[in-house]
Amino acid sequence: MIKNISNLGDAALYCDFGTEVNKEVNNKVIRYFKSIQKENIDGINNLTPSYNKLIVSFDLRKKNFQTIKKLIENLNVINDDKLESNKIKIPVCCDEKFSLDIKRLEEKLKISRDKIYEKFFNKEFFCYMTGFIAGMPFLGDLETELRAKRLETPRVKVPKGSVGLTEQFANVYTFESPGGWNIIGNTPSVIFNSSKENNPNLINPGDAVTFEQITKDQYNNYNE
Amino acid sequence: MNKNYFEIKRAGINTTFQDQGRSNLYHIGIPFSGAMDNRNFQISNKLVGNETNSPVIEFAYQGPLLKYFGDDIKCAIAGDVKFIIRKNDNDIEGNCYQSFTLENGDEIDIITTNKSVYGYLAISGEFNLEYQWSSCSINTKANIGSNNGKRIEDTQKIYISKINKDLNDKKLNYINTKIEKIRVIKGTNFNYFSEEGKNIFFDKEFVVSKLSDRMGMRLDGPKIENIVDTNIKSEGLIKGVIQVPADGNPIIMLSDHGTIGGYPKIGVVISADYDKLVQLTPGSKIKFQEVELSSAETLFKLYDLETQNLISQI
Repeated sequence: MIKNISNLGDAALYCDFGTEVNKEVNNKVIRYFKSIQKENIDGINNLTPSYNKLIVSFDLRKKNFQTIKKLIENLNVINDDKLESNKIKIPVCCDEKFSLDIKRLEEKLKISRDKIYEKFFNKEFFCYMTGFIAGMPFLGDLETELRAKRLETPRVKVPKGSVGLTEQFANVYTFESPGGWNIIGNTPSVIFNSSKENNPNLINPGDAVTFEQITKDQYNNYNE
Repeated sequence: MNKNYFEIKRAGINTTFQDQGRSNLYHIGIPFSGAMDNRNFQISNKLVGNETNSPVIEFAYQGPLLKYFGDDIKCAIAGDVKFIIRKNDNDIEGNCYQSFTLENGDEIDIITTNKSVYGYLAISGEFNLEYQWSSCSINTKANIGSNNGKRIEDTQKIYISKINKDLNDKKLNYINTKIEKIRVIKGTNFNYFSEEGKNIFFDKEFVVSKLSDRMGMRLDGPKIENIVDTNIKSEGLIKGVIQVPADGNPIIMLSDHGTIGGYPKIGVVISADYDKLVQLTPGSKIKFQEVELSSAETLFKLYDLETQNLISQI
């Protein structure tokens, strides 16, 4: 199932599942990820699943590329097609002060903001991966009419809670961070909570996510 | 329990608690963090008789000015650091790699990390710190770790929960050397770059930019041209990865890096050179040199052995 295994530097394995981005490929990545996690292999100190790649980091004092490669090649991969998936609803306020790039999107996509919101809020998204910053979910797939490129010049600071679009993907900024996604709203919901060590992320790979539009009043009075 | 503490009279530029960092969290977006220069971090602990992975105070460029209140305590500083120990208004020039005793009312004034970036202050005992995912390392980006995940600030107090007494003074003869050649393994997108771009990467000099911190080191120099695509589908990163965005200026991922990224990877710094890489100050000139995986593995073994040797000499 892995098309190619190579080394990324001297302390990581780069597992390539191809160039396509879709649920099937991503499911394979997640199955490998969960299978390796279950094995609890001494020396492996990090796993990073993404759309169609899996990176396995290891402690070079304990293991090396060849030994880890053999372990992964001979791995017993979970064969269950039904991976755990939660349905999650995220409230989003699209008040002017939050929808920083809605004008830009109207111009680039040549459709009205009402149409953009209608399509966005009627979509069920699939979570491909989490990361970049703690807990940030990468969700897909947006319909072709809503696909726009990143900002030419990324923002130095995207506000915490911002909901952004780029290409076929949507995400939520779990912290204030630099970034170039087109921001259409903001959520009052806590997406990453570091005090829950066992499960800090509200959204995990494989989950189904829908967004629900709320008013400014609902945003200001939001209670988890 | 709170009778022994430091009062922070000046926090310094980027002062944090660090230990070995936290692992197995890349998949939720949390990097290793931990002490940037692992060798000096371990040495600082050994100089005060601690386990080598105990939490220490890491500082960058200008360090903190700390006033101590409490029972006598041993401290040590590792790195290339100019500091002063102030006893009753008498300034004593401090020596790195040599433990010293602080008494009630004494101050440590960490003036500069000279021609390096990071230094380490260890105490013989334990700071009173909170842990998250088995590490107190502060990740200011995600506000994770001790001190509410924020850097140490002016006027705050740092409490010490335990002091190890009856410790002999310890010393190590060691001088940090600076590297000019950073050894790298070709990255997974090496062939995205033009022949000229590849040659520039290995032949030309780059300069460490001011826009460098615990997350990454940006380099200035000749532009590296990408002929395939300046964006790839976002995928995992590890520390040491060298990404080249559309502007052609390389960025090296360091300990607090974003866990995934979408720029092509031209190379990865070998593990053996990481401690020396992070110590390069803005303005330093560097060149990249290609090595094979097998050499990188051998070089790391040698580096690790050297570190263990230094620690065993203390």
